[in-house]
Amino acid sequence: MNERNGHQGCAEGGESRFPDAQGAQLAPQTPRATSAGEAHLNKRRDFLKGAILFFPAGGMLTALAAETPTTEAPKPEYNPADHLYGMGISIDKCIGCNRCAVACKAENDVPEEPVYFRTWVERYTILRNGEVNVESISGPRKDTVIDPSEVIRTFFVPKMCNHCANPPCVQVCPVRATFTTPDGAVIVDSTRCVGCRYCIQACPYGARYLHPKTNTADKCTFCYHRVVKGLQPACVEVCPTQARVFGDLKSKASRLVRFERMNKISVLKPALNTEPKVHYAQLDGEVR
Amino acid sequence: MNAEPINAYAELLGQITGFVYPNEVEIYWSILIVIYPYLTGLVAGAFILASLMKVFKVKEIQPTYRLALLTALAFLIVAPMPLLLHLGQPLRFYEILVTPNPTSAMAMFGFVYAWYLMAVLLIEIWFEWRGDLIALARSSAFPLNTVYKVLSLFSTDTSEAAFAFDRKAIQFITIVGVPSAFLLHGYVGFIFGSVKANPWWGSVLMPIAFLMSAIVSGIAMVILVYMVLQGVRKEPIDMPCLDKISSYLFYAIIVDFALEALDFIHRLYQSEESVKILGHLITQKLFMSLIVLQILLGMIVPLFILALAKAREFNDDLRKLLYFMAAILIQIGIFAMRWNVVIGGQLFSKSFRGLMTYKMEIVGIEGLVTAVAVLVLPFIILSVLIRLLPTKGAVEPATAAHM
Repeated sequence: MNERNGHQGCAEGGESRFPDAQGAQLAPQTPRATSAGEAHLNKRRDFLKGAILFFPAGGMLTALAAETPTTEAPKPEYNPADHLYGMGISIDKCIGCNRCAVACKAENDVPEEPVYFRTWVERYTILRNGEVNVESISGPRKDTVIDPSEVIRTFFVPKMCNHCANPPCVQVCPVRATFTTPDGAVIVDSTRCVGCRYCIQACPYGARYLHPKTNTADKCTFCYHRVVKGLQPACVEVCPTQARVFGDLKSKASRLVRFERMNKISVLKPALNTEPKVHYAQLDGEVR
Repeated sequence: MNAEPINAYAELLGQITGFVYPNEVEIYWSILIVIYPYLTGLVAGAFILASLMKVFKVKEIQPTYRLALLTALAFLIVAPMPLLLHLGQPLRFYEILVTPNPTSAMAMFGFVYAWYLMAVLLIEIWFEWRGDLIALARSSAFPLNTVYKVLSLFSTDTSEAAFAFDRKAIQFITIVGVPSAFLLHGYVGFIFGSVKANPWWGSVLMPIAFLMSAIVSGIAMVILVYMVLQGVRKEPIDMPCLDKISSYLFYAIIVDFALEALDFIHRLYQSEESVKILGHLITQKLFMSLIVLQILLGMIVPLFILALAKAREFNDDLRKLLYFMAAILIQIGIFAMRWNVVIGGQLFSKSFRGLMTYKMEIVGIEGLVTAVAVLVLPFIILSVLIRLLPTKGAVEPATAAHM
């Protein structure tokens, strides 16, 4: 009984410690902790606390807890020349949930109506007779009815700007409004762009569009505003299956370099020599 | 966003066949970008025709020499207008001139244009008309004499030595001018030909095909302007001149046709990844504008008409009619060619899996009304130029200079 009472007391005492906002209300209850049973239990609790702290796993947890805030905090001085960003996309992991396209629109002020996309997801359905049915599941779709028994394989392909190392869009821009940052992102300065749309024509991947509000070219920036703060691009952040891996190609410890090591990699339209920095794993030959 | 662009998008979306990337549903280069190469082509063609007389001393076409120069100028003045109207941020156009990107073909436009206008066409026109301007400044009444004085840049020297210098200068400028005209239009072809992402455009033949079609359209335009002008003035048409120009036109069409055919056969024979979708493009989207308008009506029929006029001993009136018909059909054909390149190149997806549709606005900045206005404007400018600058030569020494 004593023990039971003491246990209850402990629970109450424990409760009183955590909700700080209710601290003032709970204060009158504190004298109860001075009872002999409470003192005994406190000793036991201190012992357990110490044991956890000594336990290696506990040490690891505290170390991780201490590390998390530092990775999220803005770095004091960001030097773009120290990084080279890229993305890895694992076709087999993509479940076609379309959260990346939705998050991208929310993060980057992409027109809400389903007209333009900085990133979108394509669904490929390859039939037994060799016919290929492709549809973007991000925008309005036709929803072609396909007999499942005719399907030989099907998969999703997230698409976006490939942030080419040899970008045709940057080459053709008459005013240098679109350019490659030292850390490898191809971005557009909307205050310089004249809206000639030559870059849209030059992009082999359909990754660019004319933003109806600014009348200037718009495209994926790798969420540059987030990346320089040490955050992940929005599409990577929300991907529930980690089909997208963002990272620094210059850092040997980056997840992207691991992705490159663990997978067979291919890029879209390699014959055009654009040298994309978006690398696909398990990419099917039908994808263009 | 308001409802209009969304509805327009939904309409375009409904007309898509196969799969296109979502950002490709909109056609980004409109009718104005069709007009731009059409206009610069007329400039280059008219100038090259004018230069034939100076460089190769073809005396028969002398009656159209001055007219060809003024036609080139009228179209050149309007040429940048469709580009400017098309920009999403037209007030920033000066950035193309102030901070150009040296790797951009489009950034070179300002320099090629300025070179051609300032260093070639205006100077040649000034030397050609200097004598006339001085004479007109002396003979005209008040407001006009000041205009002529300013146009002659206050030159008053009418000595034989001065006219001899004019002739020399014109000769020199023409020699610089012919490659410049080639540059102007070849460069426009390069804008399209260098886009490797687009198999319909990306061809090394594109600048040459543009150049030949420019010569064809420019010569045909000078024929039209000359015939209409003589009709308005109620003056007889110089038939040896017209026969000669038409025969140049005939040969130019043969070369142009050969180039287009070579391009077509080459694509078909190489049969690259894009060949299927380009086949669908031609049969489903461009049949009317490419097969019927450009090739049949714009090339084969005029070729046949001109061959007929050359081979048979028709009387002057029938020959005039045939030449006029051929010249009109050629204009339609060359305009269709620009359309097929610019719009056609945007009607298939770069995924090579689907076709889009272009729906032209009627009013609106990139609509049909603007397009027609931009096409009519050069003729208004030309009529003013013809009134201001005599095409026949008011002063004998200047006219004698071409001979």
